[in-house]
Amino acid sequence: MILSGEEWQAVRLSLDVATRSVLVSLIPAVAVAWALARGRFAGRMLLDALVHVPLVVPPVVVGWGLLMLFGLRGPIGAPLYEWFGIRLVFTTGGAALATAVMSFPLIVRAVRLGLENVDPGLEAAAASLGASPLDRFLTVTLPLMSPGILAGAVTAFAAGLGEFGAVITFAANIPGETQTLPLAIYTATQTPGGEAVAGRLALISFTLAMLGLLLAEWIARRMHMLLGRG
Amino acid sequence: MLEVALRHRYGRAGFALDASFTAPATGVTALFGPSGCGKSSILAAVAGLLRPESGRVALAGEALLDTARGLFTAPERRRFAMVFQDARLFPHLSVAANLRYGLRRAPAQATGPGFEEVVALLGLEHVLARRPGRLSGGERQRVALGRALLARPRLLLMDEPLAALDAARRAEVLPFLARLRDAAAIPILYVTHALDEVDALADQMVLLAEGRVLAQGPVEALAARTDLPLAARRDAGALLTCRIAAHDQVRGLTQLDFPGGRFAVPLRAEPIGSQARIRLRARDVAVATEPPRGISTQNVLAAQLVSVGDATSSPEVFLQLALGPSIILARVTRDSIARLGLRPGLAVWAVIKAVTFDHAVPPPPPP
Repeated sequence: MILSGEEWQAVRLSLDVATRSVLVSLIPAVAVAWALARGRFAGRMLLDALVHVPLVVPPVVVGWGLLMLFGLRGPIGAPLYEWFGIRLVFTTGGAALATAVMSFPLIVRAVRLGLENVDPGLEAAAASLGASPLDRFLTVTLPLMSPGILAGAVTAFAAGLGEFGAVITFAANIPGETQTLPLAIYTATQTPGGEAVAGRLALISFTLAMLGLLLAEWIARRMHMLLGRG
Repeated sequence: MLEVALRHRYGRAGFALDASFTAPATGVTALFGPSGCGKSSILAAVAGLLRPESGRVALAGEALLDTARGLFTAPERRRFAMVFQDARLFPHLSVAANLRYGLRRAPAQATGPGFEEVVALLGLEHVLARRPGRLSGGERQRVALGRALLARPRLLLMDEPLAALDAARRAEVLPFLARLRDAAAIPILYVTHALDEVDALADQMVLLAEGRVLAQGPVEALAARTDLPLAARRDAGALLTCRIAAHDQVRGLTQLDFPGGRFAVPLRAEPIGSQARIRLRARDVAVATEPPRGISTQNVLAAQLVSVGDATSSPEVFLQLALGPSIILARVTRDSIARLGLRPGLAVWAVIKAVTFDHAVPPPPPP
């Protein structure tokens, strides 16, 4: 299949945005999953609800919220721009941020599931063998929850390739900057005679998503074997 | 010496633990009692995995928990390695890496048996490269024992290490436990509800019921008492530490010396000169006022009747018999007491069938 330069650009941009969004959200997701699975603090339910908000509100609303917070006059966006010269609205970074927020609940859910599969008794055993809390986390908990982390990352990556509403609201539809695959498809459908372009991009979008899901499944099986549960 | 004093309550009206005891600086101290008596909670508190409402835990004078002073030492800094009922091996690490987990974290000046020595002691040479998922239950528990020993602990804690195994696996692991006990120069606190494990392994016993200590002392001394719940068991009876004195292949008998006499038992496997602890069940001991003749029973021993239990409350009565310095128990009917005129101080004959002796722990396979 032959793609034009602009179409390739959209594919590359989508991969870039999805990768960045996963990298940004992975460590916070592990921290939040830990707090939700093991934490005993007031407001745990509130945090749980807050994390899941992007799953239930329209993506446009998430994009609008980001615009309010990270816009050049927003409470976070203004200092970021004035002090560090970082601008997120209408940039690739902004598209990655919007994608990260949208896929955050997916990662948290998968990581939390992975964490809940780790027997706290193993951590107690490690403690009695002389391992400090950080040591226990790094040598026992983290390796045993890694299937959950990987599954979450791959699922979020696959979902991130297709994020539309939040990206177009917060980062706009700029070719080469924020025009990811779904935005390019949308643009093509709005253009007279763009059906062929839309069809090719849709096929690519579908293929990438399927590959992501298959990869996630393969990794999960592989990890189970590596962790000696097979 | 290990000193333990704990008070803890689960929930407002829940189970209450209120126990204190000491354990000597060497040997195995068994915490013995029925399920739910609080023995595992005590072990968890000693390990630092449970924070009791109040209490004190000290080893060799060093306090690791003292709620009165607000002192709590984290479990990883106590160096009390624990063996759990469910082994709890790290599934993502090989057997060798599991064994080395505690060893790598032990302080440099800590001493104890080395890796090769422990592997040989527990017969783990052929499973070192395997993952725990590919081990049998017995092998898993042996790895757990080695892992704890290699952490170079100051105290070994064992929480029913054989309870999750079937009879065959238990018989496989028990000799290794006895070996480990002999190899470890540190005290062992051993939680169990199986009396045969106490008989095979323990020097001291802390008898627990409903969160409280009923009695504590040498296992032999507690076994010879008739006022404890132990006496209500079918297998109640005296424990005697014997020395294998002679094997007679022709007659098929082994002679066992104990302080105060000698028993003949069916031929045993242990070498001459080794020690064996024998549980002599009270229901297997008969009493005669005259030496019986024409009887198949191998062991007819002169004894002195020390005490006769209360004959009014139960149709069965415990007798304590002195054979030299050793005390054994006999269980007879109330009717026999009256018929033979049994009373303290009377010289009697203890009649014990050779075949009633339990087979003690079989020796482990040669390394």
